[in-house]
Amino acid sequence: MEIQKENSMIKQKHMLAEQFMELSQVKETGKKVAYTFVPGNLTELIYAFDMLPVYPEINSLQSGMRQKSKEYIREAEDMGYSEDVCSYVKCDIGMMLQGNIGPTGQQLPSPDILLLSYTGCFVFMKWFENLKQLYPKAEIAMLHIPYQESGKIEASAVKYIKDQLIRDVIPKFEKVSGKKFDIDKLGEKLDLSAQAEDLLIEIFDSAKHTPSPIDAYFGGVYYIGPIFTAFRGNEDCVEYYRELLKEVNYRVANKLGPITPEGYMENEKFRLVVEGPPNWTHFRDFWKLFYDKGAVFVGSTYTRVGGVYDDGFRHGSADSIKSMAEYCMGCYTNRNLPQRIDLIESFIKKYNANGFLVNSIKSCNSFSAGQLVIMRDLEERLNIPVGFIETDLVDPRYYSYSNIKNRLDSFFQMLDQRQSFVVGDDILPDDVLT
Amino acid sequence: MKIFLGIDLGSTTSKAVIIDGEGQIIGRGITNTRSNYEVATQIAQNEAEFNSRFTLLHRKLKSEPNGSVNWDVLINQLENRFHYLQYRNRFYRLLDKIFENAAKLEDKTLSEKIIVLLKKIQDGLLSEVKDKFISGAISLTSEFFRDLFSTEYMKAIQNEDKNYYDQLVALYDRSITPVENEKLSFDFAELAEEAIELLPENSYQKDNLFRKNLEDIESLSMEPSDYIGTGYGRQLLPFEEQHIKSEILCHAMGAHAYFPETRTVLDIGGQDTKAIQVDKYGLVTSFQMNDRCAAGCGRYLGYIADEMSISVGELGPLAMNSDYEANICSTCTVFAGAELREYLNLGEKKENILAGLHKAIVQRAFALLARSGGVRNEFTFTGGVSRNQAVVKYVSQMVEQNYGKLKINCHPDSIFMGALGAALFSSRRK
Repeated sequence: MEIQKENSMIKQKHMLAEQFMELSQVKETGKKVAYTFVPGNLTELIYAFDMLPVYPEINSLQSGMRQKSKEYIREAEDMGYSEDVCSYVKCDIGMMLQGNIGPTGQQLPSPDILLLSYTGCFVFMKWFENLKQLYPKAEIAMLHIPYQESGKIEASAVKYIKDQLIRDVIPKFEKVSGKKFDIDKLGEKLDLSAQAEDLLIEIFDSAKHTPSPIDAYFGGVYYIGPIFTAFRGNEDCVEYYRELLKEVNYRVANKLGPITPEGYMENEKFRLVVEGPPNWTHFRDFWKLFYDKGAVFVGSTYTRVGGVYDDGFRHGSADSIKSMAEYCMGCYTNRNLPQRIDLIESFIKKYNANGFLVNSIKSCNSFSAGQLVIMRDLEERLNIPVGFIETDLVDPRYYSYSNIKNRLDSFFQMLDQRQSFVVGDDILPDDVLT
Repeated sequence: MKIFLGIDLGSTTSKAVIIDGEGQIIGRGITNTRSNYEVATQIAQNEAEFNSRFTLLHRKLKSEPNGSVNWDVLINQLENRFHYLQYRNRFYRLLDKIFENAAKLEDKTLSEKIIVLLKKIQDGLLSEVKDKFISGAISLTSEFFRDLFSTEYMKAIQNEDKNYYDQLVALYDRSITPVENEKLSFDFAELAEEAIELLPENSYQKDNLFRKNLEDIESLSMEPSDYIGTGYGRQLLPFEEQHIKSEILCHAMGAHAYFPETRTVLDIGGQDTKAIQVDKYGLVTSFQMNDRCAAGCGRYLGYIADEMSISVGELGPLAMNSDYEANICSTCTVFAGAELREYLNLGEKKENILAGLHKAIVQRAFALLARSGGVRNEFTFTGGVSRNQAVVKYVSQMVEQNYGKLKINCHPDSIFMGALGAALFSSRRK
C-alpha cells in the first residue's frame, strides 16, 4: 500500500535522496562527514563548516522500517552485544559491519568526526566509544551537556557548554574541515533555523483543532520531524515547512483529519498524547492500530527529542554559541522528570487530549525508566485515563502484535467508557448475589 | 423474562454467567478451554442455562407453600443427578471413541487384547464418579470432564497388565481431543426427567406442585436479550464486534458489582495477570498486564502440578501445610521447574517447595501491581488462581506488608468475574 503523498512529502523524499546522494559522493567532492545524534545536534555548526551530518539513530530507524534491522541486530549480537543493549546501537553497528549501506542503497561514508553531544541518554557515550573502534581514524569531539537537575538552565551550565564549544568542538571541526570557523555563516544558519522552528511549532499547534489536521506521533516522525533534524539551518528546510503548513492549513479549513497510509483519517474519536518512540519495524501496522479506532495523536514527546521549541526557545545569531548551548540544554532528553511531566501536561491541556499513552521501549534502559512515574503523576494531576504498552525501537522480536492489540483494545474501550458514561441513576446494582 | 449472557473465554477455562433483568446472577457455567472455542463456549453457555433453570425453579418453588417438602434439598439432589447424567453421556461418547480407536489398531492381536481389557475396566470407571456426583461431592462446576475421566481411567489401567499400559494411555490421548471438540447437545427436559428417576424414593418427585413448576421451567426460553463475550480468546468467539468487550473492563465491572468499594483489582488467570485500578463506578482508570512471559499465572501452577504428578487442585492445600517457604528465585516457569527438582533432590519437603513457588507467583503479581500504582483502597482478588488458598494467603500477607491493613475481597465466584462483568455490560446497553 502506497501512502497518500502531498507536495511536502514529495519534497521531503527529494531532499533526503539528494542528501544521501551527496553523502555517497564525498570521495569525489571531498566533503567531510560528521556523525552525531539527534538530541542536542549541532546541525547548523556542521553545515557552517560545509560538512554533512549523519545520524546513526536515524539510520537505525530507517533500517527498522526497511526490515533490515533484524539482520543487523543479529550481526551485532554475534559480535557479543547483549540482548539488553539498545537496539538502535546494535542495528547501527550491524549495518556498519555489513558495509554501511544507507536507506537509499548507497554506501554511507565513514565519519571524519564523531561529534557526541551528550544530552541525557547515557548509551550515547558507549555507542560512540564503539564507533571509535570501528573508525579509529575519526576525530572525536565530546560535548558534555549538564542534565537539568535543578529544572532550569543555569548560567554556569551555559558557560560550561560554551567553553567546550569554543575550546574543543569548534577547533576540531576547523581541523577536520580545513576551514576557519565563520561565526556569521553560523549566525545565518541559526536565523534560518529560527524561521523553521516558528513554522514547526505552528504545525504542531494545529493539533489544537478538532479534528486534528496532524498526527503528532506517527505523522510527527514520518513527515514533520525528519527534515527538521537533518536540514535545520538550510533555506530548503524553511521552504519545506512553509509547504507543509499550507497543507495543514488546508486540512484545518476543510475540517480534514491527518493523512494516514490509507488517506485522510475520518471520525476522530480519541485524542491522545504519547510518551516514548514509536516502533519502527511494524510502523504501519502499529499506526493502523490507532487510526482504525479513530485515535489521533495530538502531542508526542519523541518529536521533541531533537529540541523543544514549545516554550519559546529559538536559535538565533544574537549570541550564536550561547544559542547552541541553550538549545542542547533544553532538549527533551536533557530535562528532569518534573519538567518532562510539566511539558506533557501542557500538551494534554493545549491539545485537549482525552488519553495518555506510554509506549515503553524494551531495549531502552535510559528513558523507559521514569515512564511509570510520569504516567501515574499525570493520572493524578489531570484525572486522565492512561495506558501502557511495550514495544521496541527496531528489534522486531519485541513486537508482539496480539499482546499490543489486546492492551490497546482495552485502552480504547476504557477511554470510550469514560467518554460515554454518564454518572447517574444507572449505576449497577450493588448486590448481584442470588 | 429478560436474561443477559456473559461469556469469558479464557486461556484455560471458559466461563458463562447469566443474569436476570435485575442484575442478579441466575446461572454459572464453566469448562476447560479447548482448541474448538465454539464448543467450549457452547458448553459453558449450556451449563449456565441449565443452572439458571434450576435457580429459577428454586425461586418459583420458594414462593409456593412447601408443606413438608424441603425444596432446597430436592432441587440440590436433582441438579446433582442432572450433572451426573451429563457426565455419563459424555463418558459413553468417549468410551465409544476409545473402543473405536482400539479396534483400528494395526496389530490385531494387540487390538483384541486391549478391547478385552477395556471391557473389563469400563463399568468401574463410572460407578465411583456417579456416587460422588449424586452425593454432591463433585459437580461440573468444580471438576472438568477430562480430569474426572482421566483420573479414573489412569487408576484403572495401572492395575492391569503393565505391557499394555502405554497403549491404553495413547488410546485415551488420541480419543479425548476429538471427543472434547465435538458438539454435544443436551435436552434439559429429557435429562431432568431422567434425573427425577434417580432421586431417592421419598423425594416428593411426584409432588404435583413440583411437577407443574418444573414443566413451566422446562418450557422457558433461555434466549438472552443481549450478550457479550470477553477474555483472552474473545476475538475468536463466534460473536459480532459489538458483542465483544475487553476482559480488563469486564473483570473490573464484575469485581465492582460484588464489592462496590473496591479500587484495585488483581486478576490472575491462566496466562494473564492484570492489575486494574477502578473508580467508584467500576470504571477502569488504568491497568497493567504481564508482557511476553506468563510465569506467575495459572499455567505456571499447571506446569508445577505436572512436574510433581499431582492435580492443580492439590497444590494450594499442600502449600498450606508448609513449615516455611523454600526460596524460589526464578521468575521463569521452566527454570522454576529446575529449582523444584533441585530442592526435591536435596530432600526438601514438597510442602515447603510448593509454598515457595506460591510465594514467587504472588511476588511477581505484586511487581505488576506496583507498576499499576499499587493498592489504592479496598482490594479484590479475582481469576482462576484466586481459587488457590495458598495464593490467597500470600496475596493477603503482601497487601498488608506493602500497603497496610486494607479490606481484601476474594469471592467464591471470583473465577466468574469476567463473565459477570460482560453480562452486566450487556444488560446495561441501550
